[in-house]
Amino acid sequence: MSEAVASLRLALVGNPNCGKTALFNQLTGGHQKVANYAGVTIERKEGRFRGPSGRQFQLLDLPGAYSLEAASPDEVITRDVCLGHFPGESAPDVIVCVADATNLRLHLRFVLEVRRLGRPMVLALNMMDAARRRGIVIDVGKLEAALDIPVIETVAVRRGGAAELVARLDGDPPALARASDSGDLHADVRAMIADAVRMPRRTAEIDDAIDRVVLHPVLGLGLLALIMFLIFQAVFSWAAPLMDGIDAGIGALGGWVGSGLASMPLLQSLVVDGIFAGVGGVLVFLPQILILFLFILALEESGYLPRAAFLLDRLMFKAGLTGRSFIPLLSSFACAIPGIMATRSIQDPRDRLTTILIAPLMTCSARLPVYALLIAAFIPARTVAGVFNLQGIVLFTLYAAGIVSALAVAWVVKLVRRDKSEHALLMELPSYRLPHPRDIAIGLWERAMIFLRRVGGIILSLTVILWFLSTFPGAPAGATEPAINYSFAGQLGHGLHALFAPIGFNWQICIALVPGLAAREVAVSSLATVYALSGDGDGLQAIVASQWSMATAFSLLAWYVFAPMCLSTLATVRRETNSWRQVWIMAGYLFALAYLASLLTYQITRMLAP
Amino acid sequence: MRTILIRRGLYMRLSELAQGSDAVVQEVENVTEGDPIARRLRDYGFVRGEPVRLVGRGPIGADPLLVQIGFTRFALRRAEAARVIVEKSA
Ligand SMILES: Nc1nc2c(ncn2[C@@H]2O[C@H](COP(=O)(O)OP(=O)(O)OP(=O)(O)O)[C@@H](O)[C@H]2O)c(=O)[nH]1
Ligand SMILES: [Mg+2]
Repeated sequence: MSEAVASLRLALVGNPNCGKTALFNQLTGGHQKVANYAGVTIERKEGRFRGPSGRQFQLLDLPGAYSLEAASPDEVITRDVCLGHFPGESAPDVIVCVADATNLRLHLRFVLEVRRLGRPMVLALNMMDAARRRGIVIDVGKLEAALDIPVIETVAVRRGGAAELVARLDGDPPALARASDSGDLHADVRAMIADAVRMPRRTAEIDDAIDRVVLHPVLGLGLLALIMFLIFQAVFSWAAPLMDGIDAGIGALGGWVGSGLASMPLLQSLVVDGIFAGVGGVLVFLPQILILFLFILALEESGYLPRAAFLLDRLMFKAGLTGRSFIPLLSSFACAIPGIMATRSIQDPRDRLTTILIAPLMTCSARLPVYALLIAAFIPARTVAGVFNLQGIVLFTLYAAGIVSALAVAWVVKLVRRDKSEHALLMELPSYRLPHPRDIAIGLWERAMIFLRRVGGIILSLTVILWFLSTFPGAPAGATEPAINYSFAGQLGHGLHALFAPIGFNWQICIALVPGLAAREVAVSSLATVYALSGDGDGLQAIVASQWSMATAFSLLAWYVFAPMCLSTLATVRRETNSWRQVWIMAGYLFALAYLASLLTYQITRMLAP
Repeated sequence: MRTILIRRGLYMRLSELAQGSDAVVQEVENVTEGDPIARRLRDYGFVRGEPVRLVGRGPIGADPLLVQIGFTRFALRRAEAARVIVEKSA
């Protein structure tokens, strides 16, 4: 029996934030991103599962849409899949419409619009747990009769919460939906709700209460600043003991392995100077990255992010952006690549392009190791004003520098375009939700795995390559300088040095910048390897603290605020904008800003602290 | 006709509604030909007869506006909300 014939193709369609992806994960056992704001899913994702009868299903998760008359690139994908216009794919066999049971006035209209397509269709009435908690009573029988399609209650976030839906899909395939609407979809929805839904209150009481504080003009802004500031404090103060532990562990292990290899000096150097110094140097930053993500994940699930966008919209608008840019930009703190992809939910193409252009100015987590290394080496761990950690304050300042430059760049783009036309905000504010510790734990676990895979993959490979380039060719007989000076990498570093001397970079930094193009953390592992090979036995942080001037360290920090060197980001920009021109503009302006900022930082610091 | 009614104070724009007050939507005006923002507002449920409430305002320049329509809250910029003509509830 051919499975391709037997498998039924399903597509999840519905308004944004109704729980399609949660349902997709529940059914397929997948781990696609679920979060509490509109526009999380921006791509078509595919998964499979088996029904109780053994039947195969192929399930598509789609971006949420308010209407089939698409207003943004992600909605276009949903429309095309529904209509069977998606390249290389016919329309799905069954459309599984998903609606949030607490938000039926909005969601049923889209259900009716989809019903007009006349495809086989069922409705998953999701978030029934939340609806019950709010005392919302839905007469499913009446709704089913009015819609003339099967209606099944689901709770996508509870185990087994979609069992009934699976059972229904596993039975006889649903009939073609009949478009029996009156022509006025809104009127039809109102009639259905009047008939089948009893709602004690139009909104959740708790949401209104929280919003009174969170969106308050003064309290709200204060709270936003406090949350942001807390995150950076936590990244430094909570992570320290964990980092020391990892550091000591790696050091001990490296020493032990190294002494076992004492008879083979070259291999010993590869393992100790290359792998342990390099990779270990990056690995210690795992706790800081996880703490950052702990906050990001909790905020994403809480429903706070669109509120932050609401508070900041005016400011962002003045800079030529939109509040909608907020979430893509916030994602860019993790990594610019998902951030740039998340701009697909921005309707206005100009706003989208500006957001893409400035996304790399948000300090991504790969830059955290560089910041953390230099801050720990040069900024004393003092407590300021009783509560604030000075290192945390400096970190906050660096992040803030990125944000301020991003706003400035966006503003310049607006001036250059001489754009006076209207840009849309039109953003839905979801209900608040308490994050599930289990989901956050899974999210952190996945993050840790991504990081460890990076460390074990690209970072390890680049470190090994760099070790080879820094070891060969060996020093000629009678050489007086450390052997690395004669190697390929040494020569390259000395060659680049001319370009970077005015901004205070030494040749070791110049070497590290090159593999840093592929992954920014590698700048740290490369420095560790280069110094280990130069015969410095101390840890990287101690070396940096004793051998670099403060001006050089600050200059490198300024460089990394702009850090134009990330090839995968540039490749993503190429894909998302379909234009090499944007790629060159981005790389060019980032390099110019990085060089300028470092030049100023270096020269000014030298004057102030010679 | 509409402008006359607005001048007489029967109808007003959603952007002019006082904070915390309720109104009923009359219509959404197209500002441009086939105005995509107006179309989206109608998809959101800003259609004749629908009750709305202006729940709050942004901290800077009282923009954007927080508007409740149906069971949903939306953030609308002033210029967007100005497309919605409402009749103030007593
Ligand atoms: N209480 C409750 N919350 C749910 C349920 N299903 C989903 N959620 C939450 O609703 C939010 C949105 O879920 P998603 O699965 O990301 O929604 P989506 O429809 O894929 O959203 P987009 O990709 O933006 O279109 C998340 O915060 C989920 O945790 C449910 O049945 N009950
Ligand atoms: Mg989704």
